[in-house]
Amino acid sequence: MADNFPDLIDMRAVRSGIDSWFNGIVSSYGQALETAFLPVLRLLNGIEAFLLWVPWYVLIPAVALISFAATRDWKMPVAVIVMLFLTGLLGLWEPAMATVALMLTATLFAIVIGIPVGIFMSFSNRLQSIMLPVLDVMQTMPIFVYLIPFVMLFGPGKIPALLATIVFSVPPLIRLTNLGIREVNPEVIEAVTAFGATPMQKLFAAQLPLATPTIMAGINQTTMMALSMVVIASMIGAGGLGYEVLQGIQRLDVSRGLFAGLGIVFLAIIFDRLVQAYGKRVQKHLEAGNT
Amino acid sequence: MGVQAQVTNPKIKIERVSKLFGPDPQAALPLLDTAATKAEIMEKTGNVVGLRNVSLEIAGGSIFVVMGLSGSGKSTLIRHINRLIEPTAGRILVDDTDVVSLAENALRDLRLHRVSMVFQNFGLLPNKSVLDNVALGLRFAGTGNSQARELAMQQIERVGLKGFEKQYPRQLSGGMQQRVGLARALATNAEILLMDEAFSALDPLIRHDMQAQLLELQSDLNKTIVFITHDLDEALRIGDRIAILNDGSLSQCGTGEEILLHPADDYVKRFVQNVDRGRIITVAAAARPVATTTSAEISSDKIAPLVAAEGAQTVFIVNDAGQPTGVIPITSVEHHAGAEDSFWHDPKNVLPVKSVSPDTILADALSDVAESEAPVAVVDEQGRLLGAVSRQSALLAMAGTNGPSEDMV
Repeated sequence: MADNFPDLIDMRAVRSGIDSWFNGIVSSYGQALETAFLPVLRLLNGIEAFLLWVPWYVLIPAVALISFAATRDWKMPVAVIVMLFLTGLLGLWEPAMATVALMLTATLFAIVIGIPVGIFMSFSNRLQSIMLPVLDVMQTMPIFVYLIPFVMLFGPGKIPALLATIVFSVPPLIRLTNLGIREVNPEVIEAVTAFGATPMQKLFAAQLPLATPTIMAGINQTTMMALSMVVIASMIGAGGLGYEVLQGIQRLDVSRGLFAGLGIVFLAIIFDRLVQAYGKRVQKHLEAGNT
Repeated sequence: MGVQAQVTNPKIKIERVSKLFGPDPQAALPLLDTAATKAEIMEKTGNVVGLRNVSLEIAGGSIFVVMGLSGSGKSTLIRHINRLIEPTAGRILVDDTDVVSLAENALRDLRLHRVSMVFQNFGLLPNKSVLDNVALGLRFAGTGNSQARELAMQQIERVGLKGFEKQYPRQLSGGMQQRVGLARALATNAEILLMDEAFSALDPLIRHDMQAQLLELQSDLNKTIVFITHDLDEALRIGDRIAILNDGSLSQCGTGEEILLHPADDYVKRFVQNVDRGRIITVAAAARPVATTTSAEISSDKIAPLVAAEGAQTVFIVNDAGQPTGVIPITSVEHHAGAEDSFWHDPKNVLPVKSVSPDTILADALSDVAESEAPVAVVDEQGRLLGAVSRQSALLAMAGTNGPSEDMV
C-alpha cells in the first residue's frame, strides 16, 4: 500500500489519549449524568405513554381540530385524518406515537435551549463569531459521530437518542433566532429606545415579536431535523418508526421499510403544516394589506 | 469657530458638539479645528465626520428646523438630544440637564418624560394595534394598562384617528401611520418633540396636510419642536428658526427670511435658489424708498426734481404725521410736467393710497400691488409711510435680485 503522507506524529497515541480521556469521563461521571437525565427520560416516557393511552378515535379528531384551529380551513384537517388513519391501518400506530414523543421532547428542549442561545448571540458580535463555526460543525458532522459518545455515556437507549437528536436539531433554531433578532427593522428598535425602553422591554416588546416569523421558521426546521434523526436514533434503541425501517433493512423486507417510511413522511407533513399554519396565525397582522 | 446662534430662553443648548464615526474618533478630533475638509479627515484617519463643532440654542415653545442634504449630519444632530448617539466631544443641555453625563436610569427618565421622537418611517410596532402603539411610551414608564390606553385614546382623537385605534399599522396609509407616530410622541406629554424627517416619506399633498396639522397642534400645545427636513419649503413653512448644516458644520442659523435674503455661503445660496420666495419674504424686503411731499407745498416745480433726484417711481403726498394721503404715479408726473399747481391740488388727479404693513407676506400683498395703478404704500403701525412696493420691485424681490434696499427702514 502506498503511504504518501509522512507520519509526523504518532496518531495512535493521540487517539488513545482522547479515548482514555473520554473513558475516564464515562467511568467517573457516567452514573451521575444518567441520574441527572432521569427526569428527561421520565418526561419522554410520560409523553409516549400519554399518546398511547389516548384512544386513536380521540387522538385523530383532536389533531384534526388543532389543525383546523390553526388553518381555519377544512382541507388540512381532512388530510390529517386520512394520514393518521392510514398510519394506524399500516400497523404503525405504536411506533408512530413513540416517534412523535421523541420528536416532541427533542423539539421542546431545542426550543428551551435554542431561543435563549440565539438571543444572547444576537446581542454580542463576539459570541456570534464564536458560535457560527460551532453551529457549522454541529450541522456538518455526520450524525453517527454524535451517537458514539452519547452511547458510551448512557448506554444504548432513549436518552442518548434524545440528546443526539437535540444536538442535531438545535442549530437551525439558534441560527434563525439570532438572524431574526438582528434583522428587526432598526428604526423600530430606535423608536423603542427613544421612548425609554429597558433592554428587557426592548426584547419583549419589539425584538422577539418582530423576529417571530424567522423564529417560527427555525422551529419548523428543528422539528423536521428531529424527525429525520429518528431513523438514525433507532439504531441506539430509540424504537419507533425508525426501528421499523432498520428492521426492514436488516431483513431486506421492502414492504416493512416502505410502510414505516410512509409513516415518517405522514408525520413530517402533519408537523410541517401545523407549525407553519400556527406561525402564520401568530402574525395575523402581517396579512392585513394596505387598505 | 463657525456660526453661533443664541436665543434668550434656550430650552435646548448644543455646545460645540462634534461626532466622528470610525476607528479612532478621539485621534481625529483635533483635526476638526483645522481647515481640513471632511474628505481629508476621512483619508488621513479613516473617521467619518458626523458633526463638527456645532453650537445651537433652541428656544422653548418654538419650532426649530434643521436642514441639510443627506449626509450633512442633521439626523445625527437630532439623535444627540436624546442621546441615541453619544457625542465625541461637546455638551448638550436640555433644561440645563447635561444629557451626555446622565446615568442610565436618568437618561431613560429623560426619554420617558421629557423628550419624545417621531421617525421618518414611523417606527411603529407592526404587531401592536394603533392604541397599543400610542400607549407604548406610557407602558414603558410603568403606567397601568387602562390609564395608558385612556391617555393614548385622547391623543388618537387629537390627531384625528378616532375609530382606527384597533387597526394594525399596516392597515393604515402612510399619512395615518405618521399620525400614529405623532400621537405616540404626544402621549408621553414630553415638552420636547424631535421629528426626524417626519413627513419626508409622505406624498406632497399628505405632507402639506400634516404640516398644517402640526402647526395647529403647536398653537395649542406650545412644545419645543426640533424638526429635521431636507425640504426648504417645508422648513420655511413650519420653522420659527432654521439651521442649515453642511458636511456636519453649521452654515447658517436664522429665520426663514434671514436665510433667504442673506444666505451665509454658496451652499445656503444653492439651497434657497429654487424656493418660492413670494411666500417667505415680507413686503419690507420688496419696498423701495419714495419721494414725498406735503399737500401744502405741492407744485410741478417741486415734484419734477424729486422724481429725478431720488429715482423714485412715485411721489407720495403725506400729511404732517407722515401718513400718506395720496399718490402721484411717475407717468402722471411726466405727462403733466409744467401743469398748473392747482392741477395737483385737484383730488381727481391724485390717486388714493393703498397701504400694507411691512410684515405682510409678499404673496399676500401681490393682488393689491397688481391691481393698483400706483405703488402700494408700506406703513408702520401709526400709519406712517415707510416706503412703497411697485409691481417692478415686487417682481425683482421674488426673482431674488432686489437691489440694496431690503433694509429700507
